[in-house]
Amino acid sequence: MHEFTAAFATALHLIVQLDQALVAIVSLSLLVSLAAISLAAACGLPLGAVVAVFRFPGRRLVGTLLNTTMGLPPVVVGLTLYILLSRAGPLGELGLLYTPTAMVLAQCILVTPIIAALTRQTIADLHAEYDEQLRSLGVGPWRTITTLLWDGRFSLLTAVLAGLGRASAEVGAVIIVGGNINHVTRVMTTTIALETSKGDLPLALGLGIILLLLIFLLNAAALAIHDVTKRAYG
Amino acid sequence: MRVRGESRSEPATPTILPLVLHEVCYEAGEQRLIDHVSCTLISRAFTMVLGPNGAGKSLWLRLCHGLIAPSSGSICWNGLEAYEARRYQAMVFQRPVLLRRSVAANIRYVLSLQAGPRRQRRALVGTVLEQAGLLELAERPARLLSGGEQQRLALARAWALKPQVLLLDEPTASLDPAATQLVEAFLQQISKAGTKIIMTTHDLGQARRLADEVLFLHRGQLLEQAPTAAFFSAPQSKEATAFLEGQLSWA
Repeated sequence: MHEFTAAFATALHLIVQLDQALVAIVSLSLLVSLAAISLAAACGLPLGAVVAVFRFPGRRLVGTLLNTTMGLPPVVVGLTLYILLSRAGPLGELGLLYTPTAMVLAQCILVTPIIAALTRQTIADLHAEYDEQLRSLGVGPWRTITTLLWDGRFSLLTAVLAGLGRASAEVGAVIIVGGNINHVTRVMTTTIALETSKGDLPLALGLGIILLLLIFLLNAAALAIHDVTKRAYG
Repeated sequence: MRVRGESRSEPATPTILPLVLHEVCYEAGEQRLIDHVSCTLISRAFTMVLGPNGAGKSLWLRLCHGLIAPSSGSICWNGLEAYEARRYQAMVFQRPVLLRRSVAANIRYVLSLQAGPRRQRRALVGTVLEQAGLLELAERPARLLSGGEQQRLALARAWALKPQVLLLDEPTASLDPAATQLVEAFLQQISKAGTKIIMTTHDLGQARRLADEVLFLHRGQLLEQAPTAAFFSAPQSKEATAFLEGQLSWA
């Protein structure tokens, strides 16, 4: 218990002092996660909306696949990406392995299905409400999609924030494709894993506190956005 | 006044009237909800579709608007199929579906579906809102308006498209008398401007006040088509008589 208290105190000290190593790790983590979430949103939002609005053979299967891939095991994604990006792999020439870009890709692959599946549900509900009105106005399918994405923007923002939470907390895939190299690919989650295995708890705990705080803030923001916009736009 | 999709250089849009329904049936599963309906609507008069709940009024309106296809029979707007004629019409639903945007943005949205210079469209937003008595609420979120204001916005949005025919599905069904009065005044204004209105209702007083012509539906069948005065003074079917006497409340 004493050891835990001491580690906790040191962790708080590191945070308050804005320890350079800590700041560098947190900054890289945020950069990687924000890049990943931007990419995932750019793919997942339209993908989910298209599956929700268009009628095509296998639509139900695609919906099920999206829901299934929400639970992709990170280590499997990491391993697959590792094979693709390794020197002997088909994308080896790009030289992306053990770079933040590879970590962005890994997080993006994990988060895109989450955003797409949540988008599909949100847009499908909205489409059921708007469908007759939009058809009556003569709105085509692509304009329907942009209309629904815009009108569902606040609900979709919570989906994106949920994805950001998942990306920030991810460790399995990024440690495989990033390699956890100091000052290059070391992020919060991989550092926590490393420092814990080394027995250096204060830094791990400090990062853990920041990570928890970040995820708490994301969820609080998601809830606040939902409540505020519900009141403001009905 | 120009119709949606028509630009200044294009020739004038031909009228989509008359509307001719020939032996129209609509079935859902084993049930026939619209039963061999035939009628012709020629003039720009205000047509009211009357009937008890469950008579098939809303369904009939959706068929005419081309939102659903008949199981058999034909619906023809001066040679155009119902879905083709939709671009010259607008429809307002019983529960208005307003976009989650401001009042003005709802009007801007439908105007953006039309051809025409942006500046002209911007000016039109103000005109339309003023005529609907909603100019002061232009920047308010549409979904936070009262029921009556929402319905007037839905009407204004439909009217902004300058349709030849405006289809209304019980637009005042859930409004109080004051809000109903405002909506009716707006409808009369639209009708006077030359737009044909086809509206469903089960409110007899409203039909007397607004309609030039009445279609009476009962259990999916069109039992009467008559001028309003004739329908109310001498209904031809026993169902219409019972309906007018308040003895037929359910189809």
